Amino acid sequence: MTEVVFYIFAAAAVISAALCILQRSPIAAALWLVSTMFSLAAIYVLLNAQFIAAIQVLVYAGAVMVLFLFVIMLLNLGHAQSDIRGPSTVAATLVIVGLLGVELIALFTYSPRQLASELPQWPTFTDPATVFVAGKITQQATEARGVVGAVAAPLFQLYLIPFEITSILLLVAMVGAVVLAKRKV
Amino acid sequence: MLLGPALGLSAILFSLGVAGVLLRRNAIVLFMCIELMLNAVNLSFVALAQLHGAGGYVMVFFVMTVAAAEAAVGLAIIIGIFRHKQSVDLGNINLLRG
Repeated sequence: MTEVVFYIFAAAAVISAALCILQRSPIAAALWLVSTMFSLAAIYVLLNAQFIAAIQVLVYAGAVMVLFLFVIMLLNLGHAQSDIRGPSTVAATLVIVGLLGVELIALFTYSPRQLASELPQWPTFTDPATVFVAGKITQQATEARGVVGAVAAPLFQLYLIPFEITSILLLVAMVGAVVLAKRKV
Repeated sequence: MLLGPALGLSAILFSLGVAGVLLRRNAIVLFMCIELMLNAVNLSFVALAQLHGAGGYVMVFFVMTVAAAEAAVGLAIIIGIFRHKQSVDLGNINLLRG
């Protein structure tokens, strides 16, 4: 049942992404990208990451895409002509993306069992549950403290310094965006 | 667990994002394709976090933060270029050409 739902949302995500890169109007592309992000949020729920799914809808589909739509509205680009590059670039793109896709889609056959058997310190022992203990610990933390608590504990303990640096990054981005977009006085 | 299918979907979405960056000349659509690639990477982080613990979820937070900062600064640059050139077509943006 979970797999059927996963493949339905995966197909929705791929079709929306393909339409996003092929739509002529930037607004249509942005709306198809929102559709991709909603499908990905549903897939995060299936992968037991409910909090990440909520953040995906709030931050990506909400804030970031509204920013894109505002800029499209400000620049008045709704009726642009097609901006897809010429046939030679299309051919080169197909070759590059084909090679990249073949390399990456080799990951499709991966399972926890295969990953466990390829780890060098356990050359013969291939029970995934004993090799990947961290996933089990996270699962137990989720059951004990809830979905948000299991994510918040490492964020504010182990990753506290990167988290604080992130706030400086956001401040720099905010100041930079204001300075760049401000009209010269 | 769905590890393999999630990684395969992530690969397809990343390839589509690369195709969009290479194909389109509209700077705003190009930024959307970069967001698509970041989303694909987030998906692989979430899929692998099932095995490797909550560090993957924390990394998704950082990727989202960087994506939001990059979108804000990038769109401000696009607005600046549009004021200068009256266009967001990448073919017209050649200020640095020697």
